[in-house]
Amino acid sequence: MNPVTVENVTVAYHRKPVLQEVSFSVPEGKLIGIIGPNGAGKSTLIKAILGLVPRASGDVYIYGKPYKQQRKLVGYVPQRGSVDWDFPTNALDVVLMGRYGHIGWFKRPSKKDVEFALSCLEKVGMKEYANRQISQLSGGQQQRVFLARALAQDATVYFMDEPFVGVDAATEKAIISLLNELKAQGKTVLVVHHDLQTVKEYFDWVLLLNMRKIAIGPTEETFTMENLQKTYGGRLTFLNQQHAIINQQ
Amino acid sequence: MSETLVSIWTDANTQWVLIGTLLLGLASGLIGSFALLKKQSLIGDAMAHAALPGICIAFLIHGAKSMSWFIIGAALSGLLATFFIEKIIKLSRIKEDTSIGLVLSVFFGFGIVLLTYINHQNNGNQSGIDDFIFGQAASLVGTDVKLISAVAVLLIIITVILFKELKLLTFDPQFAQGIGLPTSFLNGLLMTLIVGVVVIGLQAVGVILMSAMLITPAIAARYWTERLDHMVIIAGAIGAFSGVFGTLLSTTTKGMPTGPLIIVAATIIFLISMVFAPKRGLLLKAIRQSRLRKQVAREQVLQTLYDFTEQEYKQYKARNGFHEQQMIKKRPISNHMLQKILHSLEKEELVRRTGDALWCLTEKGLIEAYHITLRNRLMEVYLMNEMNYAHFNIRQDQSMDLLQLPEKVLTELQQLLKQYGREPLVLPENINSGKRSYHRYASLGGK
Repeated sequence: MNPVTVENVTVAYHRKPVLQEVSFSVPEGKLIGIIGPNGAGKSTLIKAILGLVPRASGDVYIYGKPYKQQRKLVGYVPQRGSVDWDFPTNALDVVLMGRYGHIGWFKRPSKKDVEFALSCLEKVGMKEYANRQISQLSGGQQQRVFLARALAQDATVYFMDEPFVGVDAATEKAIISLLNELKAQGKTVLVVHHDLQTVKEYFDWVLLLNMRKIAIGPTEETFTMENLQKTYGGRLTFLNQQHAIINQQ
Repeated sequence: MSETLVSIWTDANTQWVLIGTLLLGLASGLIGSFALLKKQSLIGDAMAHAALPGICIAFLIHGAKSMSWFIIGAALSGLLATFFIEKIIKLSRIKEDTSIGLVLSVFFGFGIVLLTYINHQNNGNQSGIDDFIFGQAASLVGTDVKLISAVAVLLIIITVILFKELKLLTFDPQFAQGIGLPTSFLNGLLMTLIVGVVVIGLQAVGVILMSAMLITPAIAARYWTERLDHMVIIAGAIGAFSGVFGTLLSTTTKGMPTGPLIIVAATIIFLISMVFAPKRGLLLKAIRQSRLRKQVAREQVLQTLYDFTEQEYKQYKARNGFHEQQMIKKRPISNHMLQKILHSLEKEELVRRTGDALWCLTEKGLIEAYHITLRNRLMEVYLMNEMNYAHFNIRQDQSMDLLQLPEKVLTELQQLLKQYGREPLVLPENINSGKRSYHRYASLGGK
């Protein structure tokens, strides 16, 4: 069964369509890059799947059932800029938030939850920073805390919104090895990404998006000049540069 | 004065009033922390001001002063105001701050009109309704206070029970929604908590200053801690203290309104926090900044002297020390700072004066300067080749101490230094072992 199936999803802000009738499904155990130009609706697609923005139409299924019944199977890494990092809390506390869905109302995190959260921090190489106030972390470290929080959700399908944006080399490496580890565990990861140069290196599958779905499939077959042209339209100078890069690869 | 103080402690009504304002302050601090962090400070202000017409209308309908009627009236008009604020944002191009200002002033203006009308009536019941402007805790009677206390306790309990959920909602509402928390319900609940605390505070603190009661303890508490649970507790304590303090002062001084006194107390605590808090306080920040400045200047002076020494060493040249102006030219620094640094270095016996405005490194100073220079130049090489060493995370650490890298990497980096011709040439080892290179240095007048 497909971990994620999106049927006919349309999203509009103030009557202006952002996503139009997007349908696709993805196979299990793959790293899937969601690629498209700025304003193509990449983040919106993730948010629409997770019910964070209202869908004008369409359905989303996680392992065959509506998302609302499958929340515990889904982990989410929002864009780093979406929160106020001066919030009075430390890294461990943020990661523990990933456990809240499992802990339930009123109860406090147990010792087990804390241990699990620490192990998640360790996986992203941030264990020493558990007690560090989050505003004192670098951008890359903040991103890794967000990743650890998603790991703490102990999910089978992950959605990540631009995890590679504005991070240092160490974090980039950490994210890549984490993605591969998740894949090795048979988990499915969808990543919003906009650096075309690294697509072939990072992802097994790509979803090319520009308001509509342009193409989806294994990177080898789908990440082609023709499809990119369809996705990025008339931005030719830009595309020519990319063309050169793709040829090199 | 002392007699009045004694009578305060023994008078049952006053005791109740004190308990009431204490609980009120506690609840304000708790809930205010969330309002502050959720950047909804202004909403509290709008609701407090907007409560005034509600109170007046409740009085006009009921015909007498009644706490429960006031609470209902204030809550209804406060919620109505929030409704208008949100509708205006949604349906027009007006932004939140403008919308809040608009609704706040319209409601408050209308409230003042009603208040004046009530005061011109001649039924005698209205005396004391003015107290809602600035607050008068002493005018509270036992049943009012019990009601206020009960609501405050209820608000505190809700906040404590839902602490975890409110925290996530405040920090990252999208994630909260993603894991299935009913965010609109929780948002509504938080709004209700804010309305609740505003409404029960109106009689004691007044509509004008009630929002300060919410925000001031919270913002003062933020200075002392980096943990939300601690912040909430500290804010609650500051609120409770201010409440009690203001009430005591206003009952001992005839005609003194309670609200301003409570806020003055809270503001004093805020000012103390802003200046003296560790880490975030202005004072320690300034001290840290000046220390850092001095340390950087010290290293720069030492490195400058080292650079000069090295240059001479390369050119087999010797001069009797280096001139201050020369140093300032190499690494711009104010003359005053340079003098200060040189004198403290002289005291440490790291440099010595060789003539008028002429200085050179001592043996001890050379060792120190060598290490500083080595570290800085290693950093240059490291940065040029960072991709190879990214996994060591050096940049992540505040200190960025390269010397903590594994031996192997350090050797590699030193090799690179040599390749680039950037290795510090005047070595302290040579000094100890008395090798030729040092003798040359010494003969150049370095010793």
